[in-house]
Amino acid sequence: MDFQVVVLAGGFSKTLVPLVSKDVPKALLPVANRPVLSYVLELLEQNDLKNAIVVVEGESAALLISSWISSTFVDRLNVEVTAVPEDVGTAGALRAIDHRLTARDILVVSGDLVTEILPGAVAAAHRRHDAVVTAMFCSVPVSGPSDSGSSGAKDKAKKTGRYNIVGLDPTKQFLLHIAAGAEVEKDIRVQKSILRAVGQMEIRADLMDAHMYAFKRSVLQDVLNQKETFQSLRRDVLPYLVRTQLRSELLLNGVQSDENGNGKDALQNSKILLSQLLKNASTPSFHEIYALGPAGSAPILRRTHKCCVYIANKSKYCARLNSLQAFSDINRDVVGDANHLSGYTFSAQNNIIHPSAILGSKTTVGPQCMLGEGSEMGDKCSVKKSVIGRHCRIGSNVKIVNSVVMNHVTIGDGCSIQGSIICSNVQLQERAVLKDCQVGAGFVITSGSEYKGESLAKKEKQ
Amino acid sequence: MVAKKGNKGGMGGEDAEEELTRVPLQAILLADSFATLFRPITLERPKVLLPLVNAPMIDYTLAWLESAGVDEVFVFCCAHSKQVIDYLENSKWFGQPNFSVTTIESYNSTSAGDALRLIYEKHVIRGDFILVTGDTVSNMPLTQALKEHKERRRKDSNAVMTMVIKQSKSSPITHQSRLGTEELFMAIDPETKQLLYYEDKAAALKGTISLDKALLMDNSSISLHNDKQDCYIDICSPEVLSLFTDNFDYQHLRRHFVKGLLVDDIMGYKIFTHEIHSSYAARIDNYRSYDTISKDIIQRWTYPLVPDVQFFGNSVTKLERQGMYRASDVELSRSAKIGPFTVIGSGTKIGNYTEVSNSVIGEGCVIGSDVSIDGCYIWDKVTIEDGCKLKHAIVCDGVIMKSGAVLEAGVVLSFKVIIGSRFVVPAYSKVSLLQQPVKQDSDEELEYADNSSGNIEIATLSNAAEKLEEELRTELSDSQIQSVSEVGNGGAGFIWSVSEGGHDEEWRHSVAPIPMDRLVEIIKNATDELDISNEDGNILPPSGELEPDSVNDSDEDVRDDSVQFEKEVEATFLRAVNENVKEDHVILEVNSLRLSYNLAATDCAGALFYAMMKLALDAPHGSPGELVKNVAAVITKWNKLLKYYLPSIDEEIEVILKFEEMCLESTKEYSTLFVQILHLLYDKDILEEDAILNWASEKEEADESDKLLLKQAEKFIQWLNEASEEEE
Repeated sequence: MDFQVVVLAGGFSKTLVPLVSKDVPKALLPVANRPVLSYVLELLEQNDLKNAIVVVEGESAALLISSWISSTFVDRLNVEVTAVPEDVGTAGALRAIDHRLTARDILVVSGDLVTEILPGAVAAAHRRHDAVVTAMFCSVPVSGPSDSGSSGAKDKAKKTGRYNIVGLDPTKQFLLHIAAGAEVEKDIRVQKSILRAVGQMEIRADLMDAHMYAFKRSVLQDVLNQKETFQSLRRDVLPYLVRTQLRSELLLNGVQSDENGNGKDALQNSKILLSQLLKNASTPSFHEIYALGPAGSAPILRRTHKCCVYIANKSKYCARLNSLQAFSDINRDVVGDANHLSGYTFSAQNNIIHPSAILGSKTTVGPQCMLGEGSEMGDKCSVKKSVIGRHCRIGSNVKIVNSVVMNHVTIGDGCSIQGSIICSNVQLQERAVLKDCQVGAGFVITSGSEYKGESLAKKEKQ
Repeated sequence: MVAKKGNKGGMGGEDAEEELTRVPLQAILLADSFATLFRPITLERPKVLLPLVNAPMIDYTLAWLESAGVDEVFVFCCAHSKQVIDYLENSKWFGQPNFSVTTIESYNSTSAGDALRLIYEKHVIRGDFILVTGDTVSNMPLTQALKEHKERRRKDSNAVMTMVIKQSKSSPITHQSRLGTEELFMAIDPETKQLLYYEDKAAALKGTISLDKALLMDNSSISLHNDKQDCYIDICSPEVLSLFTDNFDYQHLRRHFVKGLLVDDIMGYKIFTHEIHSSYAARIDNYRSYDTISKDIIQRWTYPLVPDVQFFGNSVTKLERQGMYRASDVELSRSAKIGPFTVIGSGTKIGNYTEVSNSVIGEGCVIGSDVSIDGCYIWDKVTIEDGCKLKHAIVCDGVIMKSGAVLEAGVVLSFKVIIGSRFVVPAYSKVSLLQQPVKQDSDEELEYADNSSGNIEIATLSNAAEKLEEELRTELSDSQIQSVSEVGNGGAGFIWSVSEGGHDEEWRHSVAPIPMDRLVEIIKNATDELDISNEDGNILPPSGELEPDSVNDSDEDVRDDSVQFEKEVEATFLRAVNENVKEDHVILEVNSLRLSYNLAATDCAGALFYAMMKLALDAPHGSPGELVKNVAAVITKWNKLLKYYLPSIDEEIEVILKFEEMCLESTKEYSTLFVQILHLLYDKDILEEDAILNWASEKEEADESDKLLLKQAEKFIQWLNEASEEEE
C-alpha cells in the first residue's frame, strides 16, 4: 500500500505533569509496563505498514524515543524519528516534515492511541472513496474517561463538551460537519448548503475523534502551505476540509486532470466524471451529483472533495492517553477489560505476575493486576486492579488498589496506595497513605504522611 | 369501513382505553388558508372550492377523511363562508350515514390560531383530532399514525401533536420543493421521531442552521433533514386547542405554534413526526403546487382519488391511453390533437387542428380551431376562440379569449375576464375583473404582513368585491366593455401589478416551470452566496484562525443582549417620562422585558438606574452642580420606581457598580461627581450604607486601576463607617 505513516508522538505534555519528566516523554509512559507508543507501532506492524516517521516535539525527547525504538523495534519496523520544535501543533509538526512526505496518501496517527482498530481499515475506507481526508471515530469508550469517578453524569454540559459533534450522511461514510464539543458555545451551527446537497444529516455527539487520519498527500501539503496559521489537524485542518468540501479551494481537479494527461476544460471534465459514474454504475455520492450541477442546466463544474469517516465498531477498544485520568483508565483497561491489547497471556487468576517477581507470604495479587519483572513484595500485601512495574521493592502490609506503580519504586511497610499513580524511582517511607495522588519521578514521601488528591513532584532543576 | 377497522383494533388491544376509542374520530378542516397566494381568484371564490382536475379541492380532502375513518368533520369557514356552506349543503357530504360534516362559520378570524380558538370555545372536540386544511390531497391511511400518536400519549401526556411528513427533497438551487413551498429544515430524533427543530421560512441570508447544543445532551444523535416535506396533516390532542387559547398570539400553525412549542421548555410539550412512504399527501399552497398536484392526480399517485374513479363531486371520465381522461360527451374534432396527461371535462367542444397537451379542461368549454394549449388549467365554461395560444396558464370559469389572444407562461385569468383579440398577456400577470386592492396601511395588515395572511383585508375586500362585481355585471352588459382596454380591444379585466419586489419571486409560485435563464441566474447567485457565507467565517467556528474571533463573538452575543435590554429599558423609561406613564405600568413593562431577555432582577435595577442617569444627563445643564440637581430631581421623582427594583442589598450593589461603569466608560461627566451622587443616593434612601460598604470592601481587592472611584469615595466611606460605629 502506498501509504506513509506519520506517528505524532508529542513531547513532554504539560497536561501529564507530573507523570512526564525530562527522562520520560509522553510517548514512553508505561501502559501495562510498556511504552504507550509501542501499542501504535505494533498495530502498524500488524498491518504491514512498516515505514513510519515518528515525529517528536523537542530534541531530547526525540533522542529518548529513538533509542527506545531502535532497541525494541530493530529489524521489525523501518522507523525514523524526527524532532520538531515544541508547541508547533500537529499541523506544524507535519509542516516541518513536509519534504519527507512522498507517498500518495499519508496516515497520521497519534502516538498516544491505544486501540485495536486496524489502521488498514481506515486506509481502505480512504482509498475506496478517493477522499482527501478520512478520519476515524470511535464510540465513546464504555469504561473510558466518561464515567470514572469525579465528573459522573451530573454535569451534562461537560459530557458533550468532551466529545466531538459530528455530522454524517445517511450512509455514515462521509463527514459533513465537525466541531469539538468544548468549542461549541451554545448553538451547533450547520451549513445549510451542505445539508441541501445531502438532504439528510445525522448529528452525533457520542463519537470521539480517535486521531487517526488518512490524508491525500497533495491536499495536505497544499493546505499546510496555504494556511500558515493552521496549527492543529483536529481543530484547523480537518474542519477546514469538511467545511469546504462542496466548494473546494484545493487544486484537486487540477491534480486529477494532470493525472489524466493534460489539463481539460470544465465541460470535458464533467463529461468524464459523468461517464465514469455511468461506468461504475454505482450510486454516486452527493459530492459527484453536486459537482455535476443541476440536471438539465449548463454544466458548471463545481469543485468538491470528499471527507470520509471510518466509524469503528462499538466493541473495539480505543482510547487516547491524553490526561492523567486517561492514564489510569487505560492502564486499568489494558490489564482488565481490554487485556487482549496488552500482548501478555494472563494467568488463571486473570493477572500477570512475572516469574522473577517475588511475593511474600500471605500476599495476594488480585485479578486484573500486573506485577513486573524483578519486583519484590513483602508479607501480607494486597494488590487489586493495579499495575506494578519492574524492580519495585515493596514492604509488608502494603495495600495497592486501583493504582499504577512504575519501575524502581520503593514502598515501605504499611503503606496504602489507592487510585494513585507512582512514577519511577519514587520512595514511599513507612505508613504513607496516598489516595488519588500523582507522584512524580524520584519524589520521596516521608513516613506516616498522608496525601489526598494531590500532585507531588520534585522541583525540576533547570 | 376503514374507520371501524381502526376502532376495533384499538378496542381489542386495551380494555382500559375502551372509553377513549369509542370517541368518534374527529377532524377539523380549515376551509381557509389565511393566505393570499391564490389571489385574485380567491377574491371571488374560496380556495377550497377551486377545481382541481375538475373537482373542488375540498372534495378531495373530505373524500380522504371519510375513507381514512374519520367520523366527524368540522369545517371551519371564514372567507366566503357562505359559498362554502352553500356548496357543502348542496353536496352529498351532508347526510352521510357514518360521516358527519358540520360547518363552523366565522367572520372575523384572521388566522388558523383564531380559528382554533373559536373551535375551542365551541367545545365540540372531545379527543384526539386530525387537523387539516381544505386543500389537502392525500390517500394516506391514518390508522398507523393514530396508533403511534395514542401510544405516545399514553406514555407521555406532553406528546400533543404528530405531524405527517413525507420524503421530498427540495431543490438545492431554488431552495424550494416541487410544491413551491419554501425549503424546510427539520431536526428529528431518529429513535423517538420527536421533532426538535423546524425552520420553514428560510431565515434567509444565514447560511447555517443553529441548533441548541442542549439538544445533543438529551439525544446523542439527531437527524437533520432538508429532504422532507411537511404535509400539513396533524394529529392533535385536545390540548392543542387550549394551547392556542392560552397563547393568544399564536396565529400561524407552524411559524407560531410549532416553533412556540419547540422553544418553550417550561411546559415540555413535544411534537412528533410520522413519515409516510408509500401513500400520498400534499397541500395546495400556491399555484406551483396546484400544478404539481394536478399532475400527480392525473398520473394516479393519489389513487383512488383520480378522475376516472367516482368519489363525491367529480363526474366520471374515462381513462384512455397515455394518461388521457375524457368525459363521454366531448365533441372533439377529428383533426384536433390531444396529447398525453390531459383531462377533458364533459360537454366541452374542441375545434379543428387544435392541440392540447398536459392540460386540464373543465366542463362546457368551447375551444376553437388552431388553438394551442400546453400545461394549462382551464376551468368550466371557458370560451377560447380560434388561433389562441395558451401556455402554462390558469383560466377560470367564464373567461372569454377572443381570437388570436396569447397567454404567456404563468398567467392567471380570474373569473369572467375577457381577453381582447390578438392581445398578448405578459408572463406571470394576473388578470381580474376586480381592481387590485390598494395597500391598506391598517395595523392589522402590518402585523400579519409577514404571515402573508391579510385576512382582514380579505373580508373587507370580498364585500367590496361582491359589490364591484355586481356593478361590473351591469356595466359590462353595456358598452362599458370597450372602455376596459387594459387587456386588449374588447377585453375586460385589470392586470394586477405585482407588488414591488415580488416580481422576482413570481416565478417561484407560478404554474409555469421555472425558466432556464432563471435557473442559471440562481445557480450563479447560489455560488456567490456560498462564497460569502464562507468568507464570513465567523459563522463557521471552530476554525483555527477565527477562533479568537468566534469566542469574542459569542461573548458579544450575551453582551448584545444586555445592551439591547438596557436600550429597551431606557426607551421604556423615557416614554414613561414623556407620556407620564404610571409607575406600575413601567414596572410591568420592564418586567416583561426582563423575561423576554431572560435576565436577572439585578439587571433591571442597573438598567433603570442607567436610564435615569442618562435622562438627567440629557437634561440641559451648565455646570456640574446643575447636573447634580438634575440627578436629584430625576431620582426624587422616580424614587418609588427605582426602589421597587432594589429589594435587597445585591441590587443596590449592582446599581453602584453600574454607576461606576458609567463613570469610567460611557458618561465620563459623572466621574467627578461620583461621590456627590453617591451621597445623594444615600440621602434619598436609594442606597443603604451596607450596600456602599459592601461595595467598598469588594473593591478593596480589585486592581489599582479599578480603584479610582473608590479612592474618590474614600472619605465618604470613612464617614459612613464612623457613623455606623457611632450608632453602635
